[in-house]
Amino acid sequence: MLVTYIEAIRQAMDEELARDGNVLLMGEDVGVLGGAFKASAGLQEKHGVDRVVDMPISESLIVGAGVGLAVQGMRPILEIQFIDFISCGFDQIVNTAATLRYRHGGQTACPIVIRGPSGGGVHGGLYHSQNPEAWFCHVPGLKVVAPATAYDAKGLLKSAIRDDDPVIYFEHKFLYRRIKEEIPAEEYLVPIGKAALRKEGRDLTVITYGSPVHAVMKAARDMAAEVDIEVIDLRTLLPIDWATVKASARKTGKVLIVHEARLTGGIGGEVAARIAQDCFEDLDGPVMRLGARDVHTPFAPAMEEYVLPNQEKITEAIRKLAAY
Amino acid sequence: MTEQKDRELYRWLRLIREFEDRISALDKQGKLMGGVYSGKGQEAVTVGFCHDLRWNDWIFPLHRDLGAYLVKGADPKRLMAQIFGKRDGFAKGKDSYLHGGDLSNGIFGATSMLAATLPVAVGMAYKFKIRKEDRVAIAFFGEGASSRGDVHEAMNFAGVHKLPVIFVCENNFYAYSTPNELQFGVDDVAIRAAGYGFKGEVASGNDLHDVMKAAGKAIDRARKGDGPTLVECKTYRYHGHSEHDRAADYRSEEEVITWESRDPIFLWENYLDKRKYDIGAIRVETSAEVKRIVEEAVAFAEASPSPEGPEAMEDLYAMPIDTEAR
Repeated sequence: MLVTYIEAIRQAMDEELARDGNVLLMGEDVGVLGGAFKASAGLQEKHGVDRVVDMPISESLIVGAGVGLAVQGMRPILEIQFIDFISCGFDQIVNTAATLRYRHGGQTACPIVIRGPSGGGVHGGLYHSQNPEAWFCHVPGLKVVAPATAYDAKGLLKSAIRDDDPVIYFEHKFLYRRIKEEIPAEEYLVPIGKAALRKEGRDLTVITYGSPVHAVMKAARDMAAEVDIEVIDLRTLLPIDWATVKASARKTGKVLIVHEARLTGGIGGEVAARIAQDCFEDLDGPVMRLGARDVHTPFAPAMEEYVLPNQEKITEAIRKLAAY
Repeated sequence: MTEQKDRELYRWLRLIREFEDRISALDKQGKLMGGVYSGKGQEAVTVGFCHDLRWNDWIFPLHRDLGAYLVKGADPKRLMAQIFGKRDGFAKGKDSYLHGGDLSNGIFGATSMLAATLPVAVGMAYKFKIRKEDRVAIAFFGEGASSRGDVHEAMNFAGVHKLPVIFVCENNFYAYSTPNELQFGVDDVAIRAAGYGFKGEVASGNDLHDVMKAAGKAIDRARKGDGPTLVECKTYRYHGHSEHDRAADYRSEEEVITWESRDPIFLWENYLDKRKYDIGAIRVETSAEVKRIVEEAVAFAEASPSPEGPEAMEDLYAMPIDTEAR
């Protein structure tokens, strides 16, 4: 069936709520309204007010309550209305959820999913455009995923709900209704921890995830005559699928990392450092990165365009690397 | 109350006191690492709230509620091993003091972000409610922690859904060194409950009778589906914030002496005496028993193996991922 990215998310939650009575959805306006973006449209009506729960504007509570439920064997999905607001639940994520199993010597698991719309490109301004994945990739005990396709959005969310560890699921709001894809009618899962080889190529590798995957794929198609590009979609950012990353770096000898999050302190730095260390003798050029400029994501269209990576910047970065 | 229960309660007060004193002594001897947070003087609060709980109720102790662990059913030996950072502790040496809970006995480990357990307790109470389970959750926190947003967020939601949760504020008048008048503009933390739509009560935290009365009412209310209660217990910590803090810089000796005259064990002994029990014999008998329990716990903890370095990598994920495999 042909579905949008957000419909894939809705289907994943619907199916998991139906499959397992321990699954719950909690978040601001997720009930009658069906969520600010309609990701949970109809779910409360179908699964009941006890299991699709409208929460007060209290992110710390939402995450903390999720941990309490998880200790009781429930599997809460915790929606953060805009991922920017995740900072208000930061303490509960990094200090309560991420440490729970470790500081209890393995006595319990923490099967929670924290999900919400991230990313820019929609003129959301400073507080509705952020890509804060790197904050969480520094925290042991968490898993971080960021799907780029409708297929992955559904399969990764279902895996996250069934995972016994806290998973942060960054969905990209730019993709919600802009991409449509045929997905299987029957149930499937996408494993956490595995990157996707989106396109094979010989000349250079572009490693990316989230919204830029689509621009990178377009570049790979458009530039096919001049350079044969391999595209890797990380999908899971913590932990990263290093085997896939390194195999591709060794194969092509040139790597560009593209992400929408700003460059300084971003995931790209970690990927670049690891490749530089482990694949040094196979490299034919510097490991390069393209991310947002080191500034907040501004509101006005021209400024947002200037700050975020786009098709043109990606093409330019690929040419620069290919020239080595 | 029956004589048997009166004596049992006395035994718990004394066991906790012995435990606290022994830990302070071990700390002075340099046998413990990290921070030690004595709850000496506050024993009546945890005994009063935990004694009549059922095994499947849950408690969320604060950082000096060692006594709550014992009364709720934690093995004293394992608790001591936890404090020693040994492999037999609840955290298997991965974290200190009361950060490793004993989940099989319904005791949740705290973090150092005080009051962060309140939202967790509320989430658990939500499950008790939707699954129609006859269980309660009790979250302990200090009056210092009451300034944090998590307290507001948790109480607000508990009020909305009338959850079977009890919030117990152990008001010992100092957040580390900061006195109450620099912490909040109200006399009683308990009055804040009104803002969340449930009842707030003040109890004399050193008087076990008073604590048990308040606890009984609150637990009963929660079990009947009448929602949460905030109980503020006025009490006092004899020691500093931690064993490294003498507390002499910010509170007077007179104040400490005043509170020592209201010692919870002393008050309970007076009560036993009034009931014409043979307090002399009870005291001797109880002393011998609690000393034996604590010494056995220390011996067990000292003999428990220290974890090896590579054990630090265990227990991080329930579902590990092999990211090197293709």
